[in-house]
Amino acid sequence: MAELTVYGIVLGSIISLGAIGLSLVYGIIRFANFSHGDFLTAGAYVSLFMVTGVLSWIGIPDTTFGPLSFGWRMVIAFPVSMAAVSGVAILLDRVLYRKLRIKGSGPVMLAMSSLGAAFIIRMVILIIWGADSLFYRPGLLRPALQLPLGIKIRPDQILILFAVFALVSLLHLFLQNTKMGKAMRATADNMELALISGIDTERIIIWTWGIGGALAAAAGILYGIDVQLHPYMGWNFLIPLFAATILGTIGNIYGALIGGLTIGIAQQVSTAFLLPTYKLAVAFIIMVLILLIRPQGIFGKE
Amino acid sequence: MEISGLLAYLVSMAIMAGIYAIFCLGLNIQWGYTGLFNIGIAGFFCIGAYASALITTPKPTGMYAHYVHQIFGLNLPFIFGLLGAAIACGIIAFLIGIPTLKLREDYLAIATLGIAETFRLIFNNEHWLANGPRGLMGLPQPLQGLVDPRHYNYIYLIIIVIIMVVVYLLIERAARSPWGRVLRAVREDEVSASMSGKDIFNFKMQSLVFGAMVMGFGGALYAHYTKAISPDVFTPLYGTFIIWVMLMAGGSGNNKGAILGAYVIWAVWIGTKFMTDFLPYTLKARAPYIRFLLIGILLEIILIYRPQGLLGEEKKISKLIE
Amino acid sequence: MIFLKAEDITVGYTEIDILHNVTVTVRSGEIVSVIGPNGAGKSTLLKTVFGILKPRHGNVTLKEEDITGLRPDRIVRKGISYVPQVENVFPSMTIQENLEMGAFIRTDDYSQRLEEVFDLFPVLRERKKQKVGQLSGGQRQMVAMGRALMLDPQVLLLDEPSAGLAPVLVSGIFEKIKEINATGVAMIIVEQNAKEALKMADHGYVLAMGKNVLDDTGEALLANEEVGRLYLGG
Repeated sequence: MAELTVYGIVLGSIISLGAIGLSLVYGIIRFANFSHGDFLTAGAYVSLFMVTGVLSWIGIPDTTFGPLSFGWRMVIAFPVSMAAVSGVAILLDRVLYRKLRIKGSGPVMLAMSSLGAAFIIRMVILIIWGADSLFYRPGLLRPALQLPLGIKIRPDQILILFAVFALVSLLHLFLQNTKMGKAMRATADNMELALISGIDTERIIIWTWGIGGALAAAAGILYGIDVQLHPYMGWNFLIPLFAATILGTIGNIYGALIGGLTIGIAQQVSTAFLLPTYKLAVAFIIMVLILLIRPQGIFGKE
Repeated sequence: MEISGLLAYLVSMAIMAGIYAIFCLGLNIQWGYTGLFNIGIAGFFCIGAYASALITTPKPTGMYAHYVHQIFGLNLPFIFGLLGAAIACGIIAFLIGIPTLKLREDYLAIATLGIAETFRLIFNNEHWLANGPRGLMGLPQPLQGLVDPRHYNYIYLIIIVIIMVVVYLLIERAARSPWGRVLRAVREDEVSASMSGKDIFNFKMQSLVFGAMVMGFGGALYAHYTKAISPDVFTPLYGTFIIWVMLMAGGSGNNKGAILGAYVIWAVWIGTKFMTDFLPYTLKARAPYIRFLLIGILLEIILIYRPQGLLGEEKKISKLIE
Repeated sequence: MIFLKAEDITVGYTEIDILHNVTVTVRSGEIVSVIGPNGAGKSTLLKTVFGILKPRHGNVTLKEEDITGLRPDRIVRKGISYVPQVENVFPSMTIQENLEMGAFIRTDDYSQRLEEVFDLFPVLRERKKQKVGQLSGGQRQMVAMGRALMLDPQVLLLDEPSAGLAPVLVSGIFEKIKEINATGVAMIIVEQNAKEALKMADHGYVLAMGKNVLDDTGEALLANEEVGRLYLGG
């Protein structure tokens, strides 16, 4: 059980990264972004392209760092991938959602459009890479470390926890200390008052997509490192992402963090009694329970 | 292609489009009239198809039971399968509606998505239910012995068109009734102060259930057309997304639009097949993805440039009464 | 000199108009109070001046410049600040952060101005790291006004500043408003508490059913018997 919980934390931290981005978008731009899962997928695959393609053409060596399953290539690919998916998210906003916003379309139309965007991203990935599962480093033996309490954890997974911690800390510092970060928090709190204060909400929206996309990409890459890549990986995360976001209260980043960890642990622990494929159903049931009992989430007002 | 071959092809096209048209009519009740954002259509598709399959096939016995597992098998005629599918979907819709209809529209959408995926998981993993990933085969077809198997599809097409027309007329009749007008008011949030929250909930529930029952018909008709179903048929793409594109293309809030949208988008879908036939060999395997990419882009274009679809919403029925 | 003028305004949220041909004038450094029964359209007037609503007819002029229908973020840059009646703070942010947000469009060093606002509301200085959502109603109202003042506005639009405040705090708020006015900021105050509003006012407008009913100096309106009977509670 301890081992399940530990892996649940690893999985949960990945879910948190995605949920934080989704929560920001939902809280600031005010609609349910159904393409967020596919941002994860896109991040993972852009990284794959870099690691197995671009960076090998340039001649970066394919070494690994000690017990970890990746090396310099991934270190370079990681931020590039985040930037690329940021760009995709911002592009989708300029091309699709902004036009709908200007027309005064409600959150349902925006959500429908994002559903279309989700399929478009996924189809592009399927066209380029096909439907098989892929790996950053195929055929690699990944031995686990032995920790006290009989817990086994892979070096990669320890690094995942560090990576999530680092990214969340950076985000926290950004939101607490920079002018743009504070403006984003203000817009999430009260968009009308932000406008009244002269804040350019369109710029805030662009930043929100950028950060949301980047974090989702990071989550996708980390999942790909830990497990595998396949074109539906992000879509399968969508329900857990929404569950975590709603549990942690929409627009609340720390809530999304807690929500993600909770969902991750719950999903892993459930594999002690249920088939692993039912993890998605577990996330879904938790979400329905939250919506029935406390729809405003942990940090919401009554 | 010789004429009879071409005709057979057109008939099979018309059958599939007709099945989807029935789904569009169901979705139109939920979305077009009441504003319920249901992205779990695949779930009702799945339930309807499986319900009809289980009702119309016998429970496997003897040696056969080793290969095919079913929770039950009633071996009843097609008409019972059809009705059973509708009733099953109606009941499921009712159960889903109790917790979710009170929610905001986007929460409802997320919930319907989760439900559809959960159903697919259950049917895929619980082999005792309906044979798991292998699915059910050899489903019977109504009026099978009547004609030469080569010409059976014509009969099926007639059955589909009859059901489609009956459903269409029923919905049109209901839409013009006081019930229909209230539904529209609920969608536009124009409800008068005299309507309580409980009343609004009841109207939404009725809309959800009736729409789901129509989708149940669609699922059953699909199952008996293809004669074999398995969980991987009811994907978000083929079972939900394409139906939304059809309804938005034809005109949500418009029953003629629902039917038209189904036929137009299905024709576009078939058309993309001919386009991708020209692809170089290396890309041929990716053809379905390219085709769906085009459909996805088409939806975005519709949402931005013509969200009312081809026919737009139905005009108000009677100016005297409104 | 006429500083701000809303002239012949006809506006509504839907097809139904709330205001019909309403005119309100503000002179430099003046306090103008707008009073009248509920639903008279007083808040609507402020929203129209600030660009939240576009009038169907009429115009808004600031020092001869036509600012009708400009977006709020344009108008705020012209020196007009608006304090809404409700939801007028950022509850999850601290007092200091709320004021910083008020100064968002400033590109200069505004620490001097921050100190001035704290001088005006010393209570806020003590608690500047506290989240505004946890403050009392009176303190929140101070934050709301402080936020609007960070831009050194020439005109301040206040929508029912005493609304929801305990009676003991009401006079405090009105004192503050007079202090702010003393620094040269003109104001349009929309108020339910008509008596206090007219006591402070250089000029007062009475609105009812979306139309101008009466306007005169604050003193004159206070002394007016009919006004006293209808709007000041006898």
